[in-house]
Amino acid sequence: MGDFFTVSVLVATLASGIRLATPFLLAGLGETIGQRSGVLNLGVEGVMLLGAFTAYYVTLETDSPTLGILAAIMVGLMMGLVYAFITLVMQAEQGISGIGIYLFGLGFTDLLFQKNVGTPIPISGLGDIHIPLLSDIPKIGEIFFQHSLPVYVAFALVPVVWFMINKTTFGLNIRAVGETPEAADTLGVSVNGTRLITILIANTMACLAGAALALEVGIFQQNLTAGQGFIAIALVYFGAWRSYGVMLGALLFGVVQATVLQWKTLGIVEGAAASLAAMAPALLTIVVLVIVSRRVAAPSALTRPFDRSG
Amino acid sequence: MKASKTRAIASAAAAFALVTTACGSDDAADEPAAEPPVETEAAADEPAAEPAAEPAAEPAAEPMKIGIVAPSAENDLAWSQSMFDSVNRVGEGRDIEVAISGGLFVVEDAVAALRGYAEDGFDLVIAHGTQFGGPLQEIADDFPEVAFALGTSTDFFGKDNIFAYSVDAGQGGYVNGVMAAQLTASNVIGVVGPVPAGDAKLYIDGFVAGAEAQNPDAEVNVNYIDSFGDVQLASEAAKAHVANGADVLTGTAQMVVGATGVAAEEGIPWFGTQSNQTDLGADIVVSSQVYHWEIVLEQMLDKITAGTLGGEAFVISFENMGLEMEYNDGFGLDASVRESADATVAGISEGTIEVPAGE
Repeated sequence: MGDFFTVSVLVATLASGIRLATPFLLAGLGETIGQRSGVLNLGVEGVMLLGAFTAYYVTLETDSPTLGILAAIMVGLMMGLVYAFITLVMQAEQGISGIGIYLFGLGFTDLLFQKNVGTPIPISGLGDIHIPLLSDIPKIGEIFFQHSLPVYVAFALVPVVWFMINKTTFGLNIRAVGETPEAADTLGVSVNGTRLITILIANTMACLAGAALALEVGIFQQNLTAGQGFIAIALVYFGAWRSYGVMLGALLFGVVQATVLQWKTLGIVEGAAASLAAMAPALLTIVVLVIVSRRVAAPSALTRPFDRSG
Repeated sequence: MKASKTRAIASAAAAFALVTTACGSDDAADEPAAEPPVETEAAADEPAAEPAAEPAAEPAAEPMKIGIVAPSAENDLAWSQSMFDSVNRVGEGRDIEVAISGGLFVVEDAVAALRGYAEDGFDLVIAHGTQFGGPLQEIADDFPEVAFALGTSTDFFGKDNIFAYSVDAGQGGYVNGVMAAQLTASNVIGVVGPVPAGDAKLYIDGFVAGAEAQNPDAEVNVNYIDSFGDVQLASEAAKAHVANGADVLTGTAQMVVGATGVAAEEGIPWFGTQSNQTDLGADIVVSSQVYHWEIVLEQMLDKITAGTLGGEAFVISFENMGLEMEYNDGFGLDASVRESADATVAGISEGTIEVPAGE
């Protein structure tokens, strides 16, 4: 255990935790915005996969990660339109629709990968950006200021999302259509218009999360996200539908994962104990979810389609 | 209200249609249900129907049909590809027809594919994953006329229509370990594994033994990430090794593509297994232990032709040429290290070097 508490290992563990938290955070923030407006999307995982494959494939073909990210954003917007059509126009049950989107993303990305790429070919990712001056601060710089662009974007979006939801008219509309859509409608707020925008944002951020993952590891393979989209949804509940709460959950999840990895690497936990330790992040999430569900209520209109005719 | 219900049902149906289309993700050739030739049964019936007119020549002209069910993509540069490449090599000398269902990491999906191949009259149905062993026992009972193969496994469950196949993966692991111990300057070597079972454990145990035999001062840190598919965890595990001073890395299973990315980024030598992994890093891959399953596949096909559908276990190793070390010329391995590797392979084959068989 002593080896773990050396400065270099602790620094590496925290930096790893931040990297691991990034896809959760990006997808979780998007899903927070969607859920605050009353729209649940269980298909985050599938949309992340679509974003991951798009970013990977475009980068592979063009050697430009920037184009990869832009393409992933476009796919996110397209998936947003699809999901808006399903949930707002067709008013389908959101849980089932989301699962459909997930399965679509899982199957379709595998199909595209097999047909267009086949053998996993590494791509050059975005590379780390060392923030001038800050990255030079001993230890702190290494933990916080030597990451790739999506990491900075994800954490910068936390206050932005908080501000948008709590301090802007649009945020007020989001909260209104997520709690009492009928009342919002009588006040002249376009319920479905507001939800359309939140769905577009949520899907775009899920795609960005997938793109961040693919560009971080520099590869794509079937089911690359390995359940991260579902964890992101859980973290929205964990964070009580607040951006800072989601960030806290994502960080906790990422850092615990990184710590367990380090413990295994150093042989601090082995065998069955290591497998138990690997479950720690999920167990922690369940415990907090139980606590949160008793204290904080979900948006009242979550999963409820809005039909003006009643 | 009615209208909204109708819309809901219509949209759900549309979503499922979309999903169904998407999930048919592989080739037509990959789909057991879509495989056109169901003629095997008809062909089997034919001699009985017209024994005098068509003597025994026609059935022999039929290619043997092999169906493979694998948990990851057939071109994963690891586990599944090792079987795919091997079957292709078998096809160079035999008339065979091959169908593959890759990417079936969900066991229930794999079970459906295994049954599909059996129902379609395939001569040999390969369940390429230890995790398929449980359901395979039931499937084998339902199709006593079909030969199945399960790997890696040393147990054919007492069934006379299941062949078991496995690999002495510790042998190549040992050779890689011997080389790794000579390449490390920090005396710290990192290993990324999936779960401590099957050929992954054999490989890693062999690697550790080889490294320690070559260089007793070498510290080999093993990290089983408890996942065969989590690429990001594999990547972070490799970074954790690097943070702890590792300057040589290895790993096994399909998620290692995450770890090889880190090795490439850091310029750290990588030792591969299962398939030739040079494509994952032309500058950093030193060598790969490559599985030649065709050695046991040929034996299985011979036995099937002779009427034996199972009840036997096979192992590939250096001795029977089922394992081979392939080296990456682009790495520039020192000649003395290469010589020590060749000597180790010879020693293992001759039995003068003993590789731990795992627990």
